[in-house]
Amino acid sequence: MADSTVAVSMAVPIAGRRSPAAAYAARFEAASAGGGLRLAEIPFLTQVNLRVDPKSPAAERIGTAIGVPLPVEPGTVAGGGDLEALWLGPDEWVLLAPDGAAPGLVARLTEAAGGEHVSVVDVSAQRTTLVVAGDRARDVLAHGCTLDLHPRVFGPGRCAQTTLARAGVVLVAGEDGFRLLVRSSFAGYVAEWLLDASVEYAGPAAGA
Amino acid sequence: MLLIPCPWCGPRDEAEFHYGGQAHVAYPENPAALSDEEWARYLFFRDNPKGLFAERWSHTAGCRRWFNAVRDTATNEIHAVYRVGEPRPVTA
Repeated sequence: MADSTVAVSMAVPIAGRRSPAAAYAARFEAASAGGGLRLAEIPFLTQVNLRVDPKSPAAERIGTAIGVPLPVEPGTVAGGGDLEALWLGPDEWVLLAPDGAAPGLVARLTEAAGGEHVSVVDVSAQRTTLVVAGDRARDVLAHGCTLDLHPRVFGPGRCAQTTLARAGVVLVAGEDGFRLLVRSSFAGYVAEWLLDASVEYAGPAAGA
Repeated sequence: MLLIPCPWCGPRDEAEFHYGGQAHVAYPENPAALSDEEWARYLFFRDNPKGLFAERWSHTAGCRRWFNAVRDTATNEIHAVYRVGEPRPVTA
């Protein structure tokens, strides 16, 4: 009996995956109809947690291997497009890449690390990514985030681990708005909170 | 609510931090050689000044690093923050 259960669960195709905020897609779309705000989920992004001494040769080899030098200034993002490195701590980064990139990325990192004291962990399932974009994005986040989100301080290329409505998030600033890396178990809560906080900004189309 | 300047992340809200008690409490070189009273003093006895106090904080909701701060316990003003391993800066 136990054997068959395992076989069934392993036979579930990857297409059967369900993202943590999938149930909110329709309500995100409705809240985005006003034009001033866009809420969405980017599901299944590859996230690889990397810990290495930034002064070590391994850190340099890793930067070369992935084509993105690890950012050493606190709260900054390096790279772009298909691979971004987010500063999480003085010896800790999370690498973001499209869905499916995890095995290759982990292999490249592990190879570049050599035998040195480096930790590479695929944490893609730990968090999902929510998008809060548009002119009103800062106003919505300001309801529950204590950071100064002004573009002068927190513009594109900046990231921060902080709390949004008491939930731990990684906040990434972009040209058009923000991405929120939210723990899977908090995704529903944060989605509900965002929808509630955005009521006054959703515009007549969604609010009518 | 305090605004605490994390030496890595910059000023952040107090709610992102956890308090770690008095800083610079050295682990005894040979714990086995201590008497019960000496061990208890190491474990439980802490300074309780009114004024400047060097203490440990952890930025748990941010970079998750421990650091030290010199705080005035009477006014809650933070006079200095410094990373683990750095000497306590001279404060007025």
